[in-house]
Amino acid sequence: MAVGTQYLTEQPRLRTSSMVLGAIAVAALVAAPFFFYPVMLMSVLCFALFACAFNLLIGYVGLLSFGHAAFFGGAAYVTAHAAKVWGLEPLAAILLGVAGAAVMGAVIGFVAIRRQGIYFSMITLALSQMFAFICLQVPFTHGEDGIQGVPRGHLLGVVDLNQPLAMYYVTLAIFLFGFFAIWRIVNSPFGNILKAIRENERRAVSLGYRVDRYKLGAFVMSAALAGLAGGTKAIVFQFATLTDVQWQMSGEVILMTLLGGIGTLIGPIVGAGLVIALQNYLAASDFPVTVLIGIIFVICVLLFRRGIVGEVLELMRRRSKGAS
Amino acid sequence: MSTIFGIPAPALYGQILIGLINGSFYAMLSLGLAVIFGLLRVINFAHGAQYMLGAFAAYLLLNWLGIGYWPALILAPLIVGAVAVVIEKTMLSRLYGVDPLYGLLLTFGLALILEGAFRYWFGAAGQPYAPPQQLTGALNLGFMFLPIYRGWVVIASLVVCLGTWLLIEKTRLGAYLRAATENATLVQAFGVNVPLLLTLTYGLGAALAALAGVLAAPIYQVSPLMGSNLIIIVFAVVVVGGMGSILGAIVTGYVLGVLEGLTKVFYPEASSIVIFVIMAIVLLVRPAGLFGREE
Repeated sequence: MAVGTQYLTEQPRLRTSSMVLGAIAVAALVAAPFFFYPVMLMSVLCFALFACAFNLLIGYVGLLSFGHAAFFGGAAYVTAHAAKVWGLEPLAAILLGVAGAAVMGAVIGFVAIRRQGIYFSMITLALSQMFAFICLQVPFTHGEDGIQGVPRGHLLGVVDLNQPLAMYYVTLAIFLFGFFAIWRIVNSPFGNILKAIRENERRAVSLGYRVDRYKLGAFVMSAALAGLAGGTKAIVFQFATLTDVQWQMSGEVILMTLLGGIGTLIGPIVGAGLVIALQNYLAASDFPVTVLIGIIFVICVLLFRRGIVGEVLELMRRRSKGAS
Repeated sequence: MSTIFGIPAPALYGQILIGLINGSFYAMLSLGLAVIFGLLRVINFAHGAQYMLGAFAAYLLLNWLGIGYWPALILAPLIVGAVAVVIEKTMLSRLYGVDPLYGLLLTFGLALILEGAFRYWFGAAGQPYAPPQQLTGALNLGFMFLPIYRGWVVIASLVVCLGTWLLIEKTRLGAYLRAATENATLVQAFGVNVPLLLTLTYGLGAALAALAGVLAAPIYQVSPLMGSNLIIIVFAVVVVGGMGSILGAIVTGYVLGVLEGLTKVFYPEASSIVIFVIMAIVLLVRPAGLFGREE
């Protein structure tokens, strides 16, 4: 058992260096709004958290969900409605969005985990499309208009979130909380069982694990964290629309994760940053964004399936092997 | 005016007809998906884009070269099939042996490229495509008026589905294909050119989608996004039917189309989600799908 655990967790030698790197990264994120446009940074943070939540499922359980937009966009609707119509405090509104996403995750996950592999992807896609149709029809989402003019409000009734810097640091805190939660999940005994399921599901079953329960648990956690990202996004950008629940959004989060590196902790963050930067850059030109996203998909799948971070890690591993 | 369950009979028949037509497209598309998946183990996300390409090929043949509906019915599937053969040779064939999810992601990327490019060139609005002269007008069936073109689509799709089924079940080529689905290595050892078979199968599947696209062009407008909304419903159809059987894919397509049409009559608000609800119920009761085998 001890050997198995050691095999699955990160090597302790890497721990100190990655902690130093993490501290530098956090310091950079704290200083970032003084150098970059805060709105774009907040957009990157929200999508980075979304991609990390998605990666929890594909990277550590091996399940490709094609319907994560439902949790992201669903939570955005709930948070926007709670903040605007019920006048809830922003953090409470976001938490309500997370709860909504978790409930949806439990329902969709319960149906979807009955099939594996490629069927799982098709089922999650179909169910999230169903959710998008529902969002188009029910009155509280306001159809094509979406929920506009969501108030940012005062955090815990004290901090005015209409100040860009205050909003940025709250978003950063939420992102770091979500990232830390994912890191804890991945490196817990629960996370090790998830990886065991990814590597060999039948063996995990034969060892006595109730695989379906672990899968559903991971699915709900991933959905809730995607909801955390979506709810925060609704407060930051002050709207929730159909764009957030549609399949194109599910495709985008897959691309971010694939580009950065599936199954790496920071890959999704790198991918989200690149995709958002690219979209902002292309917004000014008339080159169609979907074409470029498609091209990146094709290149990633054909040439570097490990993603940017995954390829770098592989290169380092090979080099250290060559040295020893 | 006669009524059935409080619904005027013509409205009911009209919706059943619309359901049958939608079902025809579900059946043709899920058939192509099932054929491709059976042999290549790839879920062809670009299937919707290939359907759209078929419709656009017919539209462009008419507007650029003056080639009409009947030749387009043959030419468009050939063109799209040829494009698909190139895609299979240059890209998809590199992914055999890795996780099948990558095939899904590759074809998803291709679908985005195709749809994005056509939207860039032709805009998101639909372009009209007139049905051929021989098929305009309507027949009086006594209980309802049947637009001739719609009747033609239902019959043509039945013929296409039946033809494909016969090709796979009753011909030598079909026998190779079924054998390769069961065990590709063994079939190759018998001297069958399996890589060629894979290429042809992908081309055939894409050509079927394109044929559906040409048939759809006069009914729905020719628009870059016509495929992407349809393909997700077709995925649900495929999950309900189970990928195991060709016949299952066809039957499920028609049945779900008609059920969707009936929902439009009795509870219109649910008509856009009824297929997904059925999918969820089928998954809870029979996870392998109605015609599928447990793997």
